[in-house]
Amino acid sequence: MEINAKAMSQPMKLMNCPLNGWRNIGEFVYGGEVVPAPAHDAPTEEWADWVFMENNTAGVVREWWLHAPSSYWFIAERDTVRDQVLRSYPPDEVFTERVEHDKGAGTT
Amino acid sequence: MPWGLLKQGLRKSYLPRGLLPRRQALKDSYDVVIIGAGGHGLAAAYYLAKEHGITDIAVLDKGYLAGGNTARNTAIVRSNYLTPEGVSFYDESMKLWGGLSNELDFNIQLSNRGHLTLAHADSTLRTMRWRAEVNKHLDVDSDLVYPDDIRRLCPHLDLSEDVRWPILGALYHPPGSTARHDAVAWGYAHGASKRGVEIHEHTEVTGLQRDGQRVTAVETDRGTVRCGRVLQAVAGASSVVGDMAGLRLPIRTVPLQACVSIPLMPFLDPIIVSGTLHTYVWQTARGELVMGGSSDPYPGYTTRSTLDFKEGLIAHLLELFPFLAEVRLMRQWAGMTDMTPDFSPIMGKTHLDNYYIDAGWGTWGFKATPVCGRRMAETVATGRVPEILHAFDMGRFSRFDQVGERGAASVGH
Repeated sequence: MEINAKAMSQPMKLMNCPLNGWRNIGEFVYGGEVVPAPAHDAPTEEWADWVFMENNTAGVVREWWLHAPSSYWFIAERDTVRDQVLRSYPPDEVFTERVEHDKGAGTT
Repeated sequence: MPWGLLKQGLRKSYLPRGLLPRRQALKDSYDVVIIGAGGHGLAAAYYLAKEHGITDIAVLDKGYLAGGNTARNTAIVRSNYLTPEGVSFYDESMKLWGGLSNELDFNIQLSNRGHLTLAHADSTLRTMRWRAEVNKHLDVDSDLVYPDDIRRLCPHLDLSEDVRWPILGALYHPPGSTARHDAVAWGYAHGASKRGVEIHEHTEVTGLQRDGQRVTAVETDRGTVRCGRVLQAVAGASSVVGDMAGLRLPIRTVPLQACVSIPLMPFLDPIIVSGTLHTYVWQTARGELVMGGSSDPYPGYTTRSTLDFKEGLIAHLLELFPFLAEVRLMRQWAGMTDMTPDFSPIMGKTHLDNYYIDAGWGTWGFKATPVCGRRMAETVATGRVPEILHAFDMGRFSRFDQVGERGAASVGH
């Protein structure tokens, strides 16, 4: 599909899905800031922080997005003040190795 | 009736009164600095001056008086919430609203019209029955009504049974009202400045100076002022300002859009809300329909309007009032809302000794203006958090002790 740089500089009406290309913004679901999860045995406060607290940055942020019709999760860099998506890419660009959550399972 | 209005009406010549004194220079130091000259900050300043005798106050705002969410909300006040903590808190606000025009000697145009939250599904009716019982237990007038009553209260509503979302019942809250939001801010500003409070518009806070656990000075683009205590009341920018104080907040800033139609003949008495259809609407004294829907689908610090919002909102509105299809929109706007995970505000103390917070007001802040101002004033003046605010402490998120009000948010967000 022919979408030039001008489309990127407009407020969000289209988004470039790394899997499906340009799609209407209505097809995407916001999934929250990309924040590394605490270790499975981290103190409760750390988990509470991860679950509830937000950086809520006014500026460029890195977030999870879902292309709902294809159920595909990816990461987008977005300017929350200018309402523009700067870049979108598959999560394996950031998450290069699998995070194991079952290490130490069974301990309390 | 406010006496000032009556006197004005009997005067031979109309003499508009100047509301606020001209802008002064910032002093070197204030007892209390309030960041944010919206309804909440101004109300806190007013009650600090009136009820606690503290008048050495500066209210700072980077924009103009009440130019943020105070002027962007849809002006509805009610107290039919879901949790006992929420209901008690908002009900105290309703009691203050009732006497506010007289208290401020300023007509806030409080208009009692009743509030109907429509149910289109059994699950919604269940939550409403729950809300009604909690409300009644706390002496708040609120009850479940069915289509026959709804037809009497709002004859223009489409109560057909052969539509996608037939109306099964509604939560009826007779005290539900609207108030002129600008007048509320002007009234509080006038009352506060009359008692010596300084209101500094176009004065942006750029940083805070700290000495250990105390904030010692507030840096602004017009110079630095020393301060005894600081209250932050900046809906929409809570995370940004809170960050200066080292606060970490459970807030996502999400745009919320609303719009107004051209003026129509009066036909709509009550405030109509439908959570399922993501719509709420009421008619102003000028005849305009004020309409709003759910928050935008993703966070952002922007007040642009989108076509998606209007298409969705109007399509749903026409399910309720099909005859409005040819009516044109006149204005549209957006505000930035501080959404918290439990749909309740954050009020009270912080990790700093003399820094107080009033934040997390999402889509429910306007109705709380009087009670929040009064109770935050009490908190700042005495250094003790009154019991009515305990549940809204910012520490509740690490204690897993939230005040879940999502079921009472006017529309799905």
